[in-house]
Amino acid sequence: MPVGEHWDLSVRHIAYHAIAAALEEAGADQVDALFVGNMLSGALLSQEHLGTLIADFCGFRNVETAKIESACSSGASALRVGHMAVASGMHDVAVVCGVEKMTDTTGENTTAGLATAADAEYESAHGVTFVGLNALIMQRYMYEFDVPLDGFAGFSINAHRNGAHNANAMFRKPISLDTYLNAPLIATPINIMDSSPVCDGAAAAVLVASERVGDYVTGHHPGAVQILASASANDTIALHDRRDPLFLEAAYVSSQKAYVESGVTPADISFFELHDAFTIMSALSLEATGYARRGEGWHLAADDAIGPNGRIPISTMGGLKSRGHPVGATGMYQIVETVQQLRGEAGEGQIANASIGMAQNIGGSGATIVTHILGS
Amino acid sequence: MSIASLWRTRQQRYSLEGEICPECRQAIFPPRDVCPHCSEAAGPLHTMSGRGEVYSYTKMFNVPNGFLAQRPYTMALVKLEEGPMVTAQLTDISDEEVEIGMPVEMVTRKLREEGDSGEIVYGYKFRPVFAAGD
Repeated sequence: MPVGEHWDLSVRHIAYHAIAAALEEAGADQVDALFVGNMLSGALLSQEHLGTLIADFCGFRNVETAKIESACSSGASALRVGHMAVASGMHDVAVVCGVEKMTDTTGENTTAGLATAADAEYESAHGVTFVGLNALIMQRYMYEFDVPLDGFAGFSINAHRNGAHNANAMFRKPISLDTYLNAPLIATPINIMDSSPVCDGAAAAVLVASERVGDYVTGHHPGAVQILASASANDTIALHDRRDPLFLEAAYVSSQKAYVESGVTPADISFFELHDAFTIMSALSLEATGYARRGEGWHLAADDAIGPNGRIPISTMGGLKSRGHPVGATGMYQIVETVQQLRGEAGEGQIANASIGMAQNIGGSGATIVTHILGS
Repeated sequence: MSIASLWRTRQQRYSLEGEICPECRQAIFPPRDVCPHCSEAAGPLHTMSGRGEVYSYTKMFNVPNGFLAQRPYTMALVKLEEGPMVTAQLTDISDEEVEIGMPVEMVTRKLREEGDSGEIVYGYKFRPVFAAGD
């Protein structure tokens, strides 16, 4: 499902679109559970009970459904619930769909809705937004590590360059350094080219226990992709309570858990779909997952070590910046794109010899971080 | 925030009432049931001095509902001298003078013109500490 401003479609339509495509591709003829990752349906659409709403619209009856919410990491959290459901043997076939409809209301309402991921009484009540929280991190980071104003430009330029090849991306146009430098400020020092867009989207996957793939899915993709690791960790909800506001401790912990579970190291990973909701998050994510020392994550962008042929390619299909960030759906877009890369179906954006991919989805200002490692 | 929530948090918003952990002696704001530093039961209440310094700041141009009339405004992370950090607006300040490390003090200001139910919300903001004679 392309990310964009889908004023002609409702949340149920875009979710169905993604789920139908996933079922068709997998060739699955049985669904035992539907887990929906979503953050804002209650706040922006006055619609909760999304699991059953979408199952109903898809024609599923007598299946288990639930909406899974963990702010912007809702998509990956839903995948993790689906993973636990099939890995435990509790369900044979689980469908996971991340979906978000952010353009049905005004920009101010969406901004206020996103701010509910922070501490309502001690952050949002004072007028801070998610852009504001990330700006507070970025300002301090630039101060402590002496980063120039264009130090983060490479993250945005890389994302747009890669997103140009992704049919599902919202912005399919490369940007220049000049475009970045002249972009309007939204919360100093964050400009509009540091920030991912408000948009609608839905992405889905079918999960079956590895050893029983042949029993349930008959798709034309014999090389089903395997979840090698799934891990999640939390930190304080409020940015101001972090032990170190410039270190994503939950990203460190969840990626370390995932490395141990899968037995892979950062050097084994072919590409990394990180949570570039803001360019500062790319730098912090690379530092927390073992690709850069503290305060040096931005060097990777400046040196273009993050490009398709770089040491660690990131945002290979455009990331949140170019593909778009329909918040509760983002974690599942990351997974779909990781699968495309591992199957060699990423077209012009294909990473050569991609065999292991990592996806990391962040809720709030670093409060919930979910890491998945997938292998072909 | 609802009227009930505004009433519950009034001592925090009007006087920065937090706690000092009886086990590890660390200051906590706002009050919690469990100390985030040592995981023992938190308490007793302790009112912060209101003095601190700017850890980081941002001038916000895109703002949520309820704050449109004040746009743009400067948000800060303020490190209180007792230790806890708070998120708050800076006030009585010009753009040029804001910098990391700047000493600030708490003042009570109107946070929002009106909330969802029409109430006016007051709470803490921070302003620069002026040297005597300024």
